[in-house]
Amino acid sequence: MNGSKLLRVLGALVVLVLLGIGGFIAYAWEREIPAAEPPAVSSIDPELVQRGATLAAVGNCNVCHTKEGGEVFAGGLALPTPFGTIYSTNITPDPETGIGRWSEEAFQRSMRSGVDREGRHLYPAFPFDHFTKVTDEDNRALYAYLMTRKPVKAEAQANDLPFPLNIRLAVAGWKLLFFREGVYQPDTAQSDEWNRGHYLADGLGHCGACHTPRNSLGAEKKDQLFAGGEAEGWTAYALNQNSPAPLPWDVDALTHYLANGWEEHHGVARGPMAPVTANMMSVPESDARAIATYVTSVMGEPTPERQARADKVRDQATRHPPGIQVQAAGGQTVPVAATSQDRGALIYAAACSSCHDAGRPVPYGGLPLALSTATYGPTPLNPINVILYGLPAPEGERGPIMPGFAGVLDDAQTADLLAYIRATFSDKPAWDDVQDLVRQVRSGKEHTDLQSLSSGGSAPANPTRRETSW
Amino acid sequence: MVALTVNGQSHQIEADPDTPLLYVLRDELHLHGAKYGCGLGQCGSCTVMVDGQAVFSCVTPVLLLEGREITTVEGLGTIESPGPMQQAFIEEQAAQCGYCIPGMMMRAQALLQRNPGASDEEIVAHMEPNLCRCGTHMRILAAIKRAGGLMQMAAGGSTTDTAKRAG
Ligand code: HEC
Ligand code: HEC
Ligand code: HEC
Repeated sequence: MNGSKLLRVLGALVVLVLLGIGGFIAYAWEREIPAAEPPAVSSIDPELVQRGATLAAVGNCNVCHTKEGGEVFAGGLALPTPFGTIYSTNITPDPETGIGRWSEEAFQRSMRSGVDREGRHLYPAFPFDHFTKVTDEDNRALYAYLMTRKPVKAEAQANDLPFPLNIRLAVAGWKLLFFREGVYQPDTAQSDEWNRGHYLADGLGHCGACHTPRNSLGAEKKDQLFAGGEAEGWTAYALNQNSPAPLPWDVDALTHYLANGWEEHHGVARGPMAPVTANMMSVPESDARAIATYVTSVMGEPTPERQARADKVRDQATRHPPGIQVQAAGGQTVPVAATSQDRGALIYAAACSSCHDAGRPVPYGGLPLALSTATYGPTPLNPINVILYGLPAPEGERGPIMPGFAGVLDDAQTADLLAYIRATFSDKPAWDDVQDLVRQVRSGKEHTDLQSLSSGGSAPANPTRRETSW
Repeated sequence: MVALTVNGQSHQIEADPDTPLLYVLRDELHLHGAKYGCGLGQCGSCTVMVDGQAVFSCVTPVLLLEGREITTVEGLGTIESPGPMQQAFIEEQAAQCGYCIPGMMMRAQALLQRNPGASDEEIVAHMEPNLCRCGTHMRILAAIKRAGGLMQMAAGGSTTDTAKRAG
């Protein structure tokens, strides 16, 4: 190859690269939508606002857009991601610091495409990869609801992201790879109820954001829908055919769990699932049932072996075999069949059995641990969180309470207890490195978000986040 | 037989190892400060300290406590010579029926021992698990603030705002 030819090839390459960059920028560029005067509240149809309130509850907008002790929807909550910390923004109608100057068009675009009013790409910590499914009509209701909230002045806190992720253009590259924009397309082979459930679960409900595993760039693995993920120091269990629940979920049980935050034979929603169900309490039960219809269809029918085992577990767990008498304050003396003399067995019999084998109904009594998904899950993270920090009381409401044992159980005792529970109440292999994980959770390396639970009644507008262990 | 260290003294305990600490304290060691309230770790009247942390003694079996340092309200001082926490509760007259007060003192002690200058918000958040049904909360909170001040003064610390207000 002679010199001039080389130059020509290089030149062509440069042109190609420039064309590529130009093309990318053209692709990535989004126009600014002009600032508008906030619509007069009186001009907004109250029925639309009411519908928007329900949709906002399904979308958990309050959970992410409210910081601890802050005003609802005023933003500022830190969302730690593997790449850095992103802060949620103010979505109250404040004209200066909120979305008061956003036209409905700008709001529609942010939900559909993940772009703000000025045309900047939003980070996928805002789950627009799900919200893109929401219909124009539902976005109109959400907009009406948000625009009639109390305006709060609260400047958004700057994100803490490393270069090049701090350049919003980088998000366009992420979108190119992983984001498929478009409203939900019903599956005509399925029932209306199933479609409604699929629409809500995949769209506003963004169940997959926690329950579907993510790749190294933080995008959900589409071919592993509901295969189990992670959220704020908790395991979000699989909701597909690999669901570790000892009693397979059915539509009735799942509807009850979603609508009330607990279910007689599956226990309570904890950690980041607690606000999801707390919000669901203000949603018509028909929507919870639709979601349950869709999610159980992803789980599929249990195999005959699984069903047979489930029947046996349920039968055993709800009977009370005679055994040694456990003393407990308050004379809640219950029989327990503790024959083993190992340390974990003794701790269980003395510290846990008085509530978990007492036969008092869930949610106020403890679930027999043979029925708890926590006992069968792929990691011991959730039971560690519960054992150390308990289940704090919800604010201003009735709810289940379990005292935390962080002050008395040391790491080795906690690990022995978990090993006993796993071996006795589940048919799964032992967990690895339990003691190490206990230590990490305790040291705060695994950040645990302790959220209050609700067992019934009206949903709090903003389920409180508690830092005190019970 | 379980060996327990309570308020600096060691004891050989006769009760079964699965007995809740509260029963051992009250029935065997005759320390009647910690109270039986709900028996479910939900009200806090049984609160004592284990290695400096507040725990519910009604749901804590003694088998977990070998080699641990247990402190009850009796360990904070005597009638003749009350400790700063007790002194502060007396000065603020922070009791109505008084049933919850030993638990309140022990939970507060666990916080102030780590951080005598705890802010009002920290105190309120920390005290959340303990209930008082007489409604004495404002006095209890004032007493805890005062106790923090007394502890800082006793430690020869600078006269902070807290200490001034408390003193
Ligand atoms: C999982 C957390 C999460 C949930 C749930 C969530 N958001 Fe957000 N949202 C964010 C974050 C984080 C940002 C900021 C993204 C950024 O800075 O790029 C954001 C940004 C936005 C923006 C852009 C605001 C601006 O000023 O640029 C709008 C509008 C918005 N969210 C509306 C909603 C609505 C409506 C809902 C409920 C249907 C909702 N969000 C639910 C996390 C969330
Ligand atoms: C913010 C993260 C998050 C979101 C969003 C979320 N979940 Fe969860 N979910 C969790 C976590 C974490 C758990 C485990 C909680 C526990 O241990 O109690 C869980 C537990 C569950 C369980 C119980 C599983 C079992 O076998 O015990 C079901 C069912 C469930 N979620 C369904 C849903 C549905 C349906 C949606 C969407 C409407 C959803 N979740 C949205 C995080 C989330
Ligand atoms: C004072 C009563 C009480 C004691 C003591 C207690 N628990 Fe609980 N526990 C509860 C209540 C109430 C719940 C919420 C209802 C439910 O889901 O079981 C709960 C929930 C749980 C759960 C979640 C179950 C699920 O899937 O919903 C686990 C795991 C658990 N407890 C483990 C333990 C262990 C281990 C011990 C002993 C160290 C213990 N608990 C001691 C009352 C208690």
